Amino acid sequence: MHRIYNRIVQIAGNVVTVEAKDIGYKDLAEISLKTGKSLAQVIRIDGERIYLQVFAGSRGVSTGDKVRFLGHPMRISFSDNLLGRIFNGAGLPRDNGPTLSENMIEIGGPSVNPAKRIIPRNMIRTGIPMIDIFNSLVESQKLPIFSVPGEPYNELLARIAMQAEVDLIILGGMGLKYDDYLFFRDTLERHGALSRAIFFVHTASDPTVECLLVPDISLAVAEQFALKGKRILVLLTDMTNFADALKEISITMEQIPSNRGYPGDLYSQLASRYEKAVDFDIAGSITILAVTTMPGDDVTHPVPDNTGYITEGQFYLRNKSIEPFGSLSRLKQQVNASTRKDHRIVMDRMIQLFADYRATLEKQAMGFQMGEWDRKLLQYGEAFEKKMMDLSVNIPLEKALDLGWEIMAAYFEPFETGMKSELIDEFWPKRK
Amino acid sequence: MSNNRVGRIVGVNGNMVVVEFDDYVVQNEVAFVKYKDERLKSEVIRVRGSRAELQVYEDTKGLRLGDKVEFTDELLSVELGPGLLGQIFDGLQNPLPQLAEECGFFLKRGVYLEALPDEAEWEFNPFAKKGDKVKAGDKLGFVYENIFKHWIMVPFSLDGELEVEAIVDKGKYNLRHIIAEVKDEHDKLHNVTMQQIWPVKIPITSYAEKLKPSKTLVTKIRIIDTLMPVALGGTYCIPGPFGSGKTVLQQLISRHAEIDIVIIAACGERAGEVVETLRTFPELIDPKTNRPLMERTVIICNTSSMPVAARESSVYTAVTIAEYYRQMGLNVLLLADSTSRWAQAMREMSGRLEEIPGEEAFPAYLETRIASFYERAGVVRLHDGSIASVTIGGTVSPAGGNFEEPVTQSTLKVVGAFHGLSRDRSNARKYPSIDPLESWSKYKSFIDETQIKKAQEVLKRSHEVNQMMKVVGEEGTSLSDFILYLKGEFIDAVYLQQNAFDEVDAATIEERQRHVFHVIYGILETEFAFENKDVSRRFFQNLRQKFVEWNSIEWKSNEFFEKEKVIKKMVGEKVKKNA
Repeated sequence: MHRIYNRIVQIAGNVVTVEAKDIGYKDLAEISLKTGKSLAQVIRIDGERIYLQVFAGSRGVSTGDKVRFLGHPMRISFSDNLLGRIFNGAGLPRDNGPTLSENMIEIGGPSVNPAKRIIPRNMIRTGIPMIDIFNSLVESQKLPIFSVPGEPYNELLARIAMQAEVDLIILGGMGLKYDDYLFFRDTLERHGALSRAIFFVHTASDPTVECLLVPDISLAVAEQFALKGKRILVLLTDMTNFADALKEISITMEQIPSNRGYPGDLYSQLASRYEKAVDFDIAGSITILAVTTMPGDDVTHPVPDNTGYITEGQFYLRNKSIEPFGSLSRLKQQVNASTRKDHRIVMDRMIQLFADYRATLEKQAMGFQMGEWDRKLLQYGEAFEKKMMDLSVNIPLEKALDLGWEIMAAYFEPFETGMKSELIDEFWPKRK
Repeated sequence: MSNNRVGRIVGVNGNMVVVEFDDYVVQNEVAFVKYKDERLKSEVIRVRGSRAELQVYEDTKGLRLGDKVEFTDELLSVELGPGLLGQIFDGLQNPLPQLAEECGFFLKRGVYLEALPDEAEWEFNPFAKKGDKVKAGDKLGFVYENIFKHWIMVPFSLDGELEVEAIVDKGKYNLRHIIAEVKDEHDKLHNVTMQQIWPVKIPITSYAEKLKPSKTLVTKIRIIDTLMPVALGGTYCIPGPFGSGKTVLQQLISRHAEIDIVIIAACGERAGEVVETLRTFPELIDPKTNRPLMERTVIICNTSSMPVAARESSVYTAVTIAEYYRQMGLNVLLLADSTSRWAQAMREMSGRLEEIPGEEAFPAYLETRIASFYERAGVVRLHDGSIASVTIGGTVSPAGGNFEEPVTQSTLKVVGAFHGLSRDRSNARKYPSIDPLESWSKYKSFIDETQIKKAQEVLKRSHEVNQMMKVVGEEGTSLSDFILYLKGEFIDAVYLQQNAFDEVDAATIEERQRHVFHVIYGILETEFAFENKDVSRRFFQNLRQKFVEWNSIEWKSNEFFEKEKVIKKMVGEKVKKNA
């Protein structure tokens, strides 16, 4: 028996305040509008004043509308019936399938006990040398793609998803353009992967608050599948929209903003989602790839900045390729020792030489005379950009490593690379 | 005093609850919020009229108006006694492996286990005798905790001169067993067990005097030990943007540092990093003791997804345990990663309390809190004359990598060494990415000061030449300046940088640092005769390769000395004649 209240005393932004008793923090409520029903969640209790965040937005809410409290927090149905389905941010069907109501699970549950985690140990091969050689992706990693709007980040996300060997793909779309949503759907369908995918999509035209639920719903479902031993890849795009939705709510709640209007707990909010990435000791795993668009290509913007401190590295997408500087996979050491013994040294030296190339480019741009060494670097750098960095390159890791040696041998003497003699003896391509 | 004081919730906002109380409340006392059959730990942080504001150390989901709150009269405390080493606790000293056994995969809220199991038995060896005059912190006896003599001490909470009234014989006792009775100046008897309780926010001060840190703490990281050393009992901070290698550096220091005990406080950071430590440490052997590293380590872990309020308590829990082991005459190193997360937790709470914000919305008391935390480091002389220390190293995660922000600035004011990490260096894969020009230390290195000065000067000049070359080009630079530039690059590449993945190069002992640095100093002092810049570049590239190989050869092996000869010969051939 749920009591119904109709004393809405305040409407500000997407938050309405209702006077009610005996309401649990974070509980759900249902508001009956003239146009239909909307869910809402308790975000603050102050005496008998209950602050509700209205998922569909407060537009059209009347002070006389009825509010019915459901007596439990946000939940989502979990079963194999989710597979191949498409839902909105509130967990309602976006496709023509039925609404699911069996086996409801709570979202935003407690965090995993660190003692039950294990050290990640499986590399996820992507066929992209800039990832496989230089910043290997690892199962259970949480990794954002930092990008300016306009870069092909969704294409990159979809490509990694298609090539990665996982059991299940969950897409959480936040503020997604409708055609991007169709792009994901069609790509997965074309590769026959739709039946092992679940979509939770909030498009740019949907109410803002629903955007906030997308990561929690996606990850709660992922967690349940992982506990059953499945390996899940969760794609979240775009987390900046999520952070902006947080900002909107916190400003409405008159919280003191900390940095560019974002709430002081932005770090904790993002972390509690990203930290759901996990490799369980006796069950499956969750890997998270997320897109974070950087307003104005500024990595010190609060969203990419806080994200970088949480995630295990980041990929920078710039000029349609993965930028070697700044891009980092913190977990690569866990896997790149056991691939091939020249992996690490090729990775290190090629990047160091590429850094020298960039410095030489600068010198060249300023009109300085180029020495012999500079010319070598310039040739090397161009070859590197063309053969390694280009996103269209699609070769397995071993081929990519061989390619690395070839590029170096084409322009340098062995000692100029600063590598140990034994590795040079073994791997340096012999000149005919 | 009534021990069943209660209150009722009248407001919930995030992890802060407002409670109306009947009797009285104590600032900072622990209270439990009762929700169904759960009891959620919380702390009183502000009192206004008949309402107290509490920060809850757990998720507050489901709490409602009128829920009962019980106050306890106790400040937030930790259990101190044998059995701490090798453990993994959360910020409230809940043992995580035991919690996993009880609750499975997830951290169920409201479950609090004993930090040290009462029933565990330890072989107690009495040291004091009946009739001995003792003070708080004096040794009564010891048990063996792994390789350490874990001293059982007179409780730190007792005042004045005491007398041992009774002490048990050698034998096995559990932590609850009364092993001694001491009488205070008012003839009041106090029972002593092997375990004591101490409030985390109050420093343990049962020592004779605090001394000035003077001995170098050998971290085996060359750039630190040589250019910006840390002293035993000193403090240092590592600020750096994300991805610059703060945590990797802390992890390596926790492995290699020459110290008795390491306390790792993982505060608001990634769970994966803690997992790496707790899964690898039991298998890594400490070369000094030949025992697994885990046996000298305590991990306090409150990762970023765990309740925010407990972040603050995690650094205090860690430092209290550090002080406890210091009282036994040991040198303890506390590594806090990251203090910014703790500062952010303060900011979140301050925002909920609607306090007037300071810079970047951090509370006005940020600076004093940071200062008083680092002040708990130090070298002390204990009552029995032995010297012991707590060294604190904290990482800082400045927003946007900008060191001008409040947490970095407040920290820099109070620490003795600053290891600033630079994104440029980490992008260029230079490890450790400590900026040799910006970082500093107030402590003394074990390497001769004039030699260090020379190296620093070469690094500085080399950097200047490099900057200049960006304007005037290589052709506009004199050969002597160019050589200076190469020398700077050389010392950076072969000495300041270390290969963390190479077994030998990852950690360099003091003796080897002295030896190698002497060779480098010789090269820096050498005047070279080169025909032109290309020849000089080629020479240094070659030399660098030889040196990098030398770095990964085992210390004092035959190969080591042979390589040294090769290097010296190479240098000798290019020395300017009649110079």
